[in-house]
Amino acid sequence: MGNVLLSVIRRDLLLAFRRRADVLTTLFFFVIVVSLFPLGVGPEMKTLRLIAPGVVWVAALLASMLSLQRLFAADYQDGTLEQMLLAPHPLGVIVLGKIVAHWMVSGLPLALMAPLLGLQFDLPPEALGILFIALLLGTPILSFIGAIGAALTLGLRGGGVLLSLLVLPLYIPALIFGAGAVEAYIAGVNPEGHLSLLAALLIFSGLATPWVTALALRIAME
Amino acid sequence: MAQEALLSLALVPLNRPYSMLEVVDLSCLRGERTLFTNLSFTLSPGELLQVAGANGSGKTSLLRMLCGLSAPIAGEIRWNNAAARGEDFNRDLLYISHHSAVKEELTPIENLLIASSFAAAPLTQPQALEALERIGLGGREHLPTKALSQGQKRRVGLARLLVSNAPLWILDEPLTALDVRAVELIQARLAEHLAQQGMIVLTTHQTLQVPGITPRRIELG
Repeated sequence: MGNVLLSVIRRDLLLAFRRRADVLTTLFFFVIVVSLFPLGVGPEMKTLRLIAPGVVWVAALLASMLSLQRLFAADYQDGTLEQMLLAPHPLGVIVLGKIVAHWMVSGLPLALMAPLLGLQFDLPPEALGILFIALLLGTPILSFIGAIGAALTLGLRGGGVLLSLLVLPLYIPALIFGAGAVEAYIAGVNPEGHLSLLAALLIFSGLATPWVTALALRIAME
Repeated sequence: MAQEALLSLALVPLNRPYSMLEVVDLSCLRGERTLFTNLSFTLSPGELLQVAGANGSGKTSLLRMLCGLSAPIAGEIRWNNAAARGEDFNRDLLYISHHSAVKEELTPIENLLIASSFAAAPLTQPQALEALERIGLGGREHLPTKALSQGQKRRVGLARLLVSNAPLWILDEPLTALDVRAVELIQARLAEHLAQQGMIVLTTHQTLQVPGITPRRIELG
C-alpha cells in the first residue's frame, strides 16, 4: 500500500515537473495578489501589519482554487483516472497520493514564499515564522478539502466557478485559525491554541477527505 | 515469425487462470434511452467475445459495466461466482478503453512502467524496454510521447497487453489507428492470451482474425 502511495506521488511530481509552467503560474498569482495590497493600501505600517495575515491567507485560498481544477482533470481526460479506479489498490490511497503531490507543488511553495512576502507588510520576524507554520499546517487542509470539490465538479462545464462556490465556504475554518494565529501573536496573545486547532483540522481532513474524494470520483466516472 | 517472438513474451503467468465471467439479465439505460435489456452470456477460459453493434448501440457502456466502472440498472455481473467488483476482481482485469491512458508529457517507457505499477504487476526496466521494442517503438522509448504519431501513441497504451498477467481482458476498439503490422501483432497476442486460458471481451469494427479462434459474437441494438 505504501508502494502505491509513493509511486503515485512520484508520478504526479514528475508530471508537475514536466508541466512546470502550471506550477509557476499559481505561485506568481499568489505573489502578485499579495504584493498588490501594500501598493493599494499605502505605506501605513500599522494598517499593513493588521491586514497582513488575512491578505496572505485569502491569496493562498484563491491560488489554491487555480490549481485545484488541475488535480484530476488531466487524468480524467486521458483515461488514466479510469485505470486508477480499476487498479487493485484502495482508491483512497491513490487519491491521498495525488493530494500530497498536489500540495507539494501548489501549497508548499506558497508557505515557503509567504515569509518573504510578509516583509512588505512590516511583520516582525517572529510573526513571519508563525505565518510560515500556519501556512505549512493550513495549505494541506486546502488541498484535502479542495480535492472533494475537484472530484465532484469533474467533467462539468463551468466547473471552475462551481468549484469555488463549493469549496471556498469550506475553507473558512482554516482561514480563521490560520490568519488568527498570526493576528493573535501580533496582538500579544499566545498563538498556540490556533495552531493546535489548525493541526487538528489537518489530521481530520487528512483522514476523512481521501475516502470521500474517492467516492465522489466513482460517482463522477459513472 | 512475429508470433514466435511474442510467445516468449509471456513474462508472467496469468493469475488464477480458471475463472468464469457470467452476465445475467443485464440492462443498460443511457439518459432516457434503453440501450439493451436482459443481456445474458457467460465467458469461459480460452474464449473471445466480440461485441458488435452500430455506433451508439451501447458497446462501450457494456464494457464499462463489465469493468465495474458504471452500475447496471438491472442484472448482475459475476466473476468466479462473486460480484465482479473490488480489488480482487481488479487484479484479474485489464481494461483498455478508447482513451489511451497515456501521458503526453512522459516518455513511452515511463508510461509503461507507471501503468504496470498501478496494475500491481511492476515491470523491470529491461522488461519494459523489451515490450516497447516488440510493439514497434524501439528507439523511441525515451522520446516524449507527444512527439509520437497517433498510431504510435496507441501502441504505447497497447504495450500493456504484452506485459499483463490478468486473465480477463476488456478491450474497447483495440485495433483503431493501427497499421497492418501492428494489427497482426495485437491479434497474435490475443491468440496467445486465449491459448493460456485467458478471456477477452472486445469491440471492433474491423474484421477480427485471431489465428485458430472463432470469436463468439453478440450484437447490440
